[in-house]
Order: sequence, then C-alpha cells, then structure tokens
Amino acid sequence: MTENITKEKKRINNNNNPITINCAPNGDPLDYRVLNEEIHQSLNSGYNKIILNNVCGQRFIGASLQGDLEIEINGVPGNDLGIFMDGPKITVNGSCEDQAGNTMNDGTIIIHGDGGDVIGLSARGGKIYIKKNVGYRVGIHIKEYERKYPVIIIGGTARDFLGEYMAGGLVVVLGLKFLPNGKIIENDMSICGNELGTGIHRGKIILRTEEDLEPKLGVGAKLFTPDEIELKQIEIYLKEYCRIFNIPYELITQKPFKGVIPISKRPFAGSYCGQLI
Amino acid sequence: MNWENYTSLPEIFQNQRIFDGCGISGFLNIDGKRESGKKVRDMLCILHDRENGLGAGYAGYGIYPDYKDYYAFHFLFDDEKSKENVLSHLEKMGYIILSEAIPTKIVPNLDNPPIIWRVFYEPKKLKNTSDDEQIISLVMNINANFDGAFVMSSGKNMGVFKGNGWSHEIADYYKIEDYKAYMWLAHSRFPTNTPGWWGGAHPFNLLGTSVVHNGEITSYGTNKRYLESFGYKCTLFTDTEVIAYLFDLLVRRHKLPISIASLALAPPLFNDIERMSSDFKITLKNIRATYRSAMLNGPFSIVVGQNSPKPTMIGLSDRKKLRPLVAAISNDENCIYLSSEEASFQRLMLNEEFKNEFKEIWHPKSGTAIIARLGDGLIRKGLEKPLEKIKLSIVGG
Repeated sequence: MTENITKEKKRINNNNNPITINCAPNGDPLDYRVLNEEIHQSLNSGYNKIILNNVCGQRFIGASLQGDLEIEINGVPGNDLGIFMDGPKITVNGSCEDQAGNTMNDGTIIIHGDGGDVIGLSARGGKIYIKKNVGYRVGIHIKEYERKYPVIIIGGTARDFLGEYMAGGLVVVLGLKFLPNGKIIENDMSICGNELGTGIHRGKIILRTEEDLEPKLGVGAKLFTPDEIELKQIEIYLKEYCRIFNIPYELITQKPFKGVIPISKRPFAGSYCGQLI
Repeated sequence: MNWENYTSLPEIFQNQRIFDGCGISGFLNIDGKRESGKKVRDMLCILHDRENGLGAGYAGYGIYPDYKDYYAFHFLFDDEKSKENVLSHLEKMGYIILSEAIPTKIVPNLDNPPIIWRVFYEPKKLKNTSDDEQIISLVMNINANFDGAFVMSSGKNMGVFKGNGWSHEIADYYKIEDYKAYMWLAHSRFPTNTPGWWGGAHPFNLLGTSVVHNGEITSYGTNKRYLESFGYKCTLFTDTEVIAYLFDLLVRRHKLPISIASLALAPPLFNDIERMSSDFKITLKNIRATYRSAMLNGPFSIVVGQNSPKPTMIGLSDRKKLRPLVAAISNDENCIYLSSEEASFQRLMLNEEFKNEFKEIWHPKSGTAIIARLGDGLIRKGLEKPLEKIKLSIVGG
C-alpha cells in the first residue's frame, strides 16, 4: 500500500518546496501507522514542510518529531496530534480532536477551529493557539521549568476543569465568537465551566471576562486581578495570537482580564504525609 | 469471530478484563427519509482505532415498513433444536406472522455461524397485560431460560444486527447496506471489564429502545438491583443493558419526558443545584431523590434510539465528560448526527455526495441530553442549562 502512495507523489528534493500527501487516496482514509510512516519518509528525503490533505481522524500525527519542521493539515486530525513533539509547527485548517499537544516539549500547534477535550495534556513547553472553543480539562497538568514555559490561548470559551492540576505555564481564554461572515463578537456562552483551576499549584490562568468566577473556582485556586506588569508579560503571546488569526489587538483590550492562581506556594502541602516529602 | 456457542458467554471468559474505549455513531432523518446502512457504516468504521474486533452492531429504525404493526424479533440460535423450542413457545403465546432467516453473507473467518432468525409477531390480547409488557416478559424469559437462544431485538419496525467481530465484518455479515432506515445507531466495541461475545455486543435493545454505549457504568450493581425490583432481569454480563432497561422504565413505564429522564440518569451536582432558582432547586432535588438508584455513575457517552411515542434519538455523556460525544446537523437541518469523534463527519465529507453536508458541528455539554425527534427536529442541542426551556408547574412544594 505504502509503495503505491509513494508513486503518486512528486519527489522533488528541494527543501523549500512543500510535499503534499493525500491522506485518503481514492476516498479511503489511510491508517494512522501508514500515514505517520509517510511523514517520516518525507522528512528523511529532505522535505521540511509537509501538507496533509483529506486528513480523517488519523491519530498521533507529528508524534515525537524534532526540529524546524512545518506540517499543514487540511481535515480533522485524530487524537494526540503533536504528541511528544519537540519543535515543529503544526497548523490545522479546521478543528482537532482530543489530546492535541499531549506532553509536548516545544513547538507550536495552531488550530483554526475548535479544539476537543484535554488539549495540551501535561505539556512541558511550546504554544497551542486555538481560534474557537475548547472542551473539558484543557491545560491539565501543564508544567514549567526554567526556560520551558507552555502557553495555551483559546479564542472562544472553555468548559469544566480548565487548567486542572496546573503546575506552571499560562492558559488564556478570550471569550470571542467568530461569525461565519468573518465578524468577531463577544461570545454569549460562559467563558469557562466549573472546577476552574482545580488542584492548581503553579502557573496562571487568564480570562477575559466580567463574569463572576468565584463560584466556579476549583480546590486550591483563587482569583486575582492581573496588574500592568503581568499583562505586559502576556502581551507578546496575545499579539502573536492576534496576528495568526487576524484579530485586531484593540478588541482584546476592550474587556478586563481576570486571573486564577494557586492559593499559596504549596496549596496541598497538608494533604500529604509529612515524612514522605 | 469463531465461537462454539453464540448465545451464552463461555466460562473461560467470565472473569476476563480488558481496558479501552468504544466507538459510537448514529443519525436521524427528521423527515423520515430512509437511508441505506452504508452511511452509518462509513461513520463507524473510520473509528477503527477505538475497537479491537470483539464486537460491533447496528440498529436500524424503519427497516420493516411492510410489517410495521408487528413486533420484530431478531434471534441468535446456537442450533435447530433451540430454534424449534423458542418458535413453539412463541406460538403458544401469540401469533407468528412471518418466520424466516435473516439474510447473511459468509465472511471468511466465520466457520460455523449461528442461526440468525427473525420473527414478526403479535401477542395474544390479554385483559390485564399490555402487549408491550407481554413482549418484555417473553424476551426476559427467553434470554434467561432458553438454552441456545438469544433475543437481539424486539421492537416494532426496527432491528438490531450484532455480533462478535470488527465493525466492517459485522456490516458485511448482515448486509447492512441492503437495509434502509430513517434512524441508525452503530457501535464498535473495545470491551472493558466484560468480555466480548455475540450477545454482549451493542446495541442493547428492549422493545423500541436501543442503546449504544462507550464507557463503563460503575453504578451497575445499584442500577441492577433497582431494575430487578421492577421485574427486569440483567442476564447479559455487561453494564450497558441497564441503560436500555432504565430508559424503558423511566420513559415508557413512568412516562417521564426524555429531557427529565436524562436528568435522572445524569443529574447536576448538588453544588450546582444549590445555586439555582428555587423552583429548579425543588424539581432537581426531587428528581435526584426519586431516582437516586437510577443515576448512572462512571464514564459514559451513549446514543439511545426509541421508536415510541415518536422515533427519537438521544445523546448523553457523563457529568464529568470522561467520554467523547460530538454532534452535527446537516445544511438542510434534516439530519442530526452523533458520533464519538468528528472524524465520522469528515469521513462522510470525503464522499462527493456529502461534501457540503454539515451546517454546524458542536460538542454537547457533559450530562446534558441532545434530543432529536422525527417530525419535530432538534429539540435540545445539548448546550442548555438543566431544565432550561422546560415548562414547570410545581404542585405542593
């Protein structure tokens, strides 16, 4: 099967030209193992930009890839997009399924649609930018260390358990709504669900909203109002986000920001047996 | 896919444990347009990473328009003798309108296939028992007491086709593409906690209610005892059957509206109820108190099909959203789709016919039912607050 697909492609060994892979030849979607093997072969033969067309739920696209690579996806990539990825940039022209950016170390994932549940699970670095809404448990257990700083920005709204067990990094939710005619308005849905930041012990969640978030806070999380310096720190990411999705930056600053951080340096110190720590 | 008996669980499997998830799909045409099983087959088979070849099944509603007034039994028999036993029992209890083999295609890796049989049936009119009740006790009796026989489905104008194998094998085996239905449910199995066997494949059916389920019901023991007190017998070694019986109990027997029944199965947390207005608070607390043993705990996402009073498709996930469920609506708003993954919709769009099929694709909220009904359209989108858009009149209080 793999050989037939290889024949269909134009093999131009020129690093600057992208290679296109049809992920559903004759309307029949490839198995994820075959597709990932195709991606590896293309990279081995010198391409550093890959365009995947007709992607249909194939899992693990971009798994463990390293270096300065680019993957553009047309269609719906399956679970665990960019899992363990270390450096590449993945752009999805559409929505993605669950667990995109699972334990990613570095790189960028850009989703021009909705994200599923558990986006950025345990990410240790890199950026995940999602244009529209996301599901449950987004940013669960993302963590930071020295220069490693994972950032997740969501243009629409999130659901329950946002930033659950967060151990570092940044999650931003903007609460915008993108109409089919290109207009951008404020989203009428709640900015996030319940159990916001439950179990958080480092890092912060920033939400662009006037909503009362107090009843939604999870265990160990507290609200704060970000000051000028803190907003300045996230500005660089927000400006990059706005540039990618073509959103006027002034629109973002029209509404106040609220933040969620852990209640103390070690909110759960008392939950463990002292002798074990 | 090779088994010595199809209608009961071999002893060696009775304590087997395997862990992962299943794939579910379904759609409903609001105007009642009947479509071939190919569409639901495409939607399901793309989710092959969610199954491991230990069970798959399809339920079609509207497949027997010529016999729509009779109960359609789909049977699995191990041998001729068990078939004769069941058929002669049926003759005693009512009238067999038609009794015939369900056409199947022999697939390569199935040497000794079961006897797949269907019977269109009318029970005798009894003074104190309704037809539905008679059929239920028949089904429960056959599944529990007749060796070598298993009832796959027993509703009117619908049928379940299921077995132990990969989703594409089961679709081929039953020639799913030859049937036309206005509502299809489909399931591919990755058995968790219970082994894969023919009767244990989904959809689970009782009368017109069929359930496909991804997840596990940790409250199975509580639900089972509750159902047994109403005369249901749980004999299938799997947690999903309680969902089918609970829907039958709540909707058909207790006559709850589906939106309320779904609140009984996946009620809001008490913390959230406390923050609601007082009439909502009373209603929800009463639902929780009345149906505390009907509450489903554990991770699940389900699609339920019902054929009375009106054919309805319901999608529901657990309150903490531990299993996926995605919904979509077609451009002409005539077809409502549900699936475990968005890939099912993308798979349809690869066909020229469905290229611009979808108007909107969305993720319903956890513990919130999405309900679509034949003739009425999309009744609940799965994004509403509990009890929103429901007229309440509180008596007493």
